[in-house]
Amino acid sequence: MTSGLWELVLKGIWTTVQLLVLSALLATAVSFVVGIARTHRLWIVRFLAGLYTEVFRGTSALVMIFWVFFVLPVAFGWQLVPLWAGTLALGLTYGAYGTEIVRGALNAVDPAQQEGGVALSFTPWQRMRLILLPQAVPEMIPSFCNLLIELLKGTALVSVMGMGDLTFSANLVRLALQQSAEIYTYILLIYFVIAFALTRLMRGLEKKLKAGIGKAPGNEKAARELKRAQTTGVGGGVA
Amino acid sequence: MKWDWNAVSEFMPYFWDGLKVTLQILVLGSLISFVLGLVWALLMRTPTRWVRWPVGIVTEFVRDTPLLVQLFFLFYVLPEWGLTFSALTTGVFAIGLHYSTYTMQVYRAGIEAVPVGQWEAATALNLPVRRTWTAVILPQAIRRVIPALGNYVIAMLKDTPILMVITVLELMGQARLFSQEHYQFTEPITVIGVAFILISYPASLLIRALERRLVR
Repeated sequence: MTSGLWELVLKGIWTTVQLLVLSALLATAVSFVVGIARTHRLWIVRFLAGLYTEVFRGTSALVMIFWVFFVLPVAFGWQLVPLWAGTLALGLTYGAYGTEIVRGALNAVDPAQQEGGVALSFTPWQRMRLILLPQAVPEMIPSFCNLLIELLKGTALVSVMGMGDLTFSANLVRLALQQSAEIYTYILLIYFVIAFALTRLMRGLEKKLKAGIGKAPGNEKAARELKRAQTTGVGGGVA
Repeated sequence: MKWDWNAVSEFMPYFWDGLKVTLQILVLGSLISFVLGLVWALLMRTPTRWVRWPVGIVTEFVRDTPLLVQLFFLFYVLPEWGLTFSALTTGVFAIGLHYSTYTMQVYRAGIEAVPVGQWEAATALNLPVRRTWTAVILPQAIRRVIPALGNYVIAMLKDTPILMVITVLELMGQARLFSQEHYQFTEPITVIGVAFILISYPASLLIRALERRLVR
């Protein structure tokens, strides 16, 4: 491979990383807002949040991307820059899986903690911010780590729309060199390295957050594995 | 926003063709992933690390890299090595292999959840290894993992559109074909988007009911 082709791959990595960071931010915001709404005391708020989750989790990420790229401009006259269109489609889809993680972790906090907050006459928002979230967030990290890996894999889908990400650059290199084994091996390895780095990062974060509330990093891997399909980008079960 | 019902009715024949292919991929892909996943899970329990390490690394690699790139790899590289399969066969194999690395984790969790007393009882009864697995451990483990496996089938359903990129004409492929022939994008893409929700949501309710029955 020539240096010009490597430059193409590097540009692809940069686009993939940008897309990953932006859509991860959007997905996190969606997960927390909708996830917290799913524990709201008004049924209508819970219902709407649940509806969002089921709709976006129920359909396929690729169909969603097609919809944002092709239907949104025609139907509503919004022509988005590819990067933002990709961010929107991925963030909303993977965010819907994230709501399940947030809801599960909030429900898993000991009810006595809530009651303690009520007894101290905290407002609902104070209870959420000062009591529930600090205990629930560290428990969410391992599931969010899985979701982040799924999101990384999901970013490859935008190449179908002609966005110049890592996968797209691989296709260009294949066309230029007329051979595929080498370049696709490299690309798979690059994705694997990014995924590995993200896993390490999230594990460090989990350790730090758990130390903050006086817990050792958890070892409930087996129990989480059975729930994985519901809480990460793969799977559509209702927990 | 204009919605053209004529386009919808013109799209329906394409839709049914696509649905058939999608379901075919789903059934065959699930079978491959259930069997391969069990094979990986059992290999991960062999006493020698010379089996466990390679299997662990390979499955981790497949799990952490995009299905899309794996599809391209199989579709373009295998013919270079002199192995030519149809797009559908390649796609089914790729999706089955990809999901086997997930079902493997499910089986593993299920096997680990069998109480240790069951193993001890099998040893006490002097059961051979094969019989311990087939008559004691697996029947209990598999019962527990059926709902989790079902969730992966739904997940796989939502990954089948990716096979479009290697020219398989499943739902998404048919929608794209129709869009390009008729210059109408809104209707076919929306129809299949809704179709995915209409299939996957009742399926997930079914699995939830199954979970209540099987996992106690």
